[in-house]
Amino acid sequence: MSERLDVRKTYKLYVGGSFPRSESGRTYEVVSADGAFLANAAQGSRKDARDAVRAARAAQPGWAGATAYNRGQVLYRVAELLEGRRAQFVADVAAGEGLRTARAEAAVDAAIDRWVWYAGWADKVAQVAGNANPVAGPYFNLSSPEPTGVVAVVAPQRSSLLGLVSVIAPVILTGNTAVVISSQDRPLPAITLGEVLATSDVPGGVVNVLTGKTAELAPVLASHMDVNAIDLAGAVEADGVTWGELEALAADTVKRVRRPPTDTEPTWLTDASLNQVLAFVETKTVWHPKGT
Amino acid sequence: MTAQTTSTVRPWDRDAAQVAADAAGLIGSAEIGSTALRRYLFGLPGVDEVGAKGRAAQLGTRSIKTTSKAWALDMVISMIDLTTLEGADTPGKVRSLVAKARTPEPGDAGCPRPAAVCVYNDMVEVAVEAAQGSGIHVAAVSTAFPSGRASLAVRLADTADAVAAGADEIDMVIDRGAFLSGDYLKVYSDIVAVREICQARAAGPAHLKVILETGELVTYDNVRRASWLAMLAGADFIKTSTGKVQPAATLPVTIVMLEAVRDFLAATGVQVGVKPAGGIRTSKDAIKFLVAVNEVAGERWLDPDFFRFGASTLLNDVLLQRQKLATGVYSGPDYVTID
Repeated sequence: MSERLDVRKTYKLYVGGSFPRSESGRTYEVVSADGAFLANAAQGSRKDARDAVRAARAAQPGWAGATAYNRGQVLYRVAELLEGRRAQFVADVAAGEGLRTARAEAAVDAAIDRWVWYAGWADKVAQVAGNANPVAGPYFNLSSPEPTGVVAVVAPQRSSLLGLVSVIAPVILTGNTAVVISSQDRPLPAITLGEVLATSDVPGGVVNVLTGKTAELAPVLASHMDVNAIDLAGAVEADGVTWGELEALAADTVKRVRRPPTDTEPTWLTDASLNQVLAFVETKTVWHPKGT
Repeated sequence: MTAQTTSTVRPWDRDAAQVAADAAGLIGSAEIGSTALRRYLFGLPGVDEVGAKGRAAQLGTRSIKTTSKAWALDMVISMIDLTTLEGADTPGKVRSLVAKARTPEPGDAGCPRPAAVCVYNDMVEVAVEAAQGSGIHVAAVSTAFPSGRASLAVRLADTADAVAAGADEIDMVIDRGAFLSGDYLKVYSDIVAVREICQARAAGPAHLKVILETGELVTYDNVRRASWLAMLAGADFIKTSTGKVQPAATLPVTIVMLEAVRDFLAATGVQVGVKPAGGIRTSKDAIKFLVAVNEVAGERWLDPDFFRFGASTLLNDVLLQRQKLATGVYSGPDYVTID
C-alpha cells in the first residue's frame, strides 16, 4: 500500500459570483504560522480589482433594492452555512494564525455570532439611524440611511476570520456591495468565506474577494473613481502600505474613508458596533406635504 | 496617415452608368439579369466558416497597449456612428445625442468627434439642425427599417423624405425575404433605386450604407453573396446589421465582409466601406475590429470614410478608457453621460 498523496489546492479569486483565476496568471504560496505549505492562492492584479469593482457596481442596485427584511434573512442563511463549515474554518484559522484548537474554535464561534448579530441589524438600522424630524411647516420630514454604494474593504491582516467578518458584514447589510482585499498572508478563511457566499442566497457581486499583495491592490481601489468608500481596517500591519497615503488617494474622489481603529491591529473581540454600519451609509432626507 | 498609393475611386463619386458598367464588367454580361447575377454570385468561392472564426479568434488575441491604444481609442471615436434607434426617441433625446457628439469629452478639447449620428427618419431634421456647422454627419435609417417589409414605393418615399430633410448618409435595409428566396435581381434593383435618390441630393450625393442583416442570412456564404450583390448595385458602405436582430455584428462576419470589400477594390478600383453595427459595447471589442480591419482589408480602411461602428454605448466605454489613460486611475460611469 502506497501512502496517499497530498491534494495541493490552488485557490482562485471570488468575483461577480464566480471563481476566476487572476488575470495576471500569478499565484503565491500560503504558509502556516510555522512555515508549512498550506495552499496556493491567486495573486490578484489591478485588472482583477477593476473587474471586481465592475461586478460590485453591477450588483449594487439589486442588492440595495431588496427589502431590508430580505437582506437580513439572506445574511442569517449565510451564518447557517458558516456554521456548517465550522470545522474547515477552525482548521484554516488555527493553521494561519498559529492558534491552538480551542482558541481557534473560540475565534470561529465569535465570528459566526458576529455575523448573526449584524444580520439582525439589517431591518432595524433604519429605525435607529432614521428619524421623523420636527420641522417648521406642514411637512413630514423623514431621514433614512441609504447605502453608500461600492465599498472597498482592506481586511485585517492578523485576525483572518473574526476581523474579516467584522468588516464585511456591517458593510453589506445596508445594501452596499464590497470589494474585499483579504489578509495577505492568511487568505484562506476569506477564500472559504467566498465559497460559502457562492452557495448562499447572496447575489453574485455583492461580496468580491481578492487575494494578493495588499500594497499592490489597495492603491488601485483607493484611487478607483467608481468606488464610493473604503475601509482601511487592514491597512495597518500590511507590508508596504501606509494608510495615510491610501486616504490621500481616496480624497481625490471624495470617498468616504474609515480609518484603521488603532495604530496596531485590535483583537476584534469587542468590535461589533452599530458605528461600523453607519460609517457606510448616507442619510437621505425627504420632505412630504402633510395635507390639511 | 493613410497613404492612398494607387488611385482608388470613392464609391459615391460614381454615377449610375459607371456603377452599372462596373457591375457588367464583373459579371461578364452587358445586361444585368436574374440569371447572370445568380451565376456570378454562386460562382464566388465558398467561405471557410471554421477558418473565418479561427482568424477572428486569433486576431482578437492581439494586445494593443499604451500609445497604440491611445491612437486606437481616438480612431474608434472618430469612426462611431452614434446611434439612437428607439421607438421612444424624442427631439430632446436626439438633440442631447448630437450635443454629446459635438463635445464627447467636455474636459478635453483634443478628443475627436464621432463621424455621424444615426437616427430614425423623422428625427433627421432635428439632428441636422443640432449638428449644423460641426462637421458631424447625420445618418438616417430608411426604407422601412428595420424589417424592410414595405412596397418599393413606400421604401423609396421613406428615403426621399430623409434626403429632403438633409440626411448626409442613408442606411437602407435589403429585402432579406427576396434574398433568401433567390430573387437577387429584386434586391439589386431596390438598391439601385434607393441609390438614385441618394445621388440626387441637392448638396452632393448622400452616402448609401446597405444593411445586410447578417443575423438573418444564416450562412457566411450568403453574407459573402449579399456583400457582393450590394457592392455591384452601388453600395457606398456595407453594414452588418440593424441592431434589432441577434446575432448582430460579430467579428467573423465582419471579416468576411472586409474580405469582400478588399477583393472588390482589387477587381474594380472602387473602395467600399464597412460598418459593423450592434453589440459592440466595449473598447476592447472595438479595438479587435480595428485589428481585423488592418489585417484583412488593409490600412487604407482605417479611415472614418471607409469604416464605421454603429453603436450607442460604445462611446462611453471608450471615453472611460481615455480617462484611464490620461489619469492612470480607473474611471467609472459617474463620469460620463447617461444615455
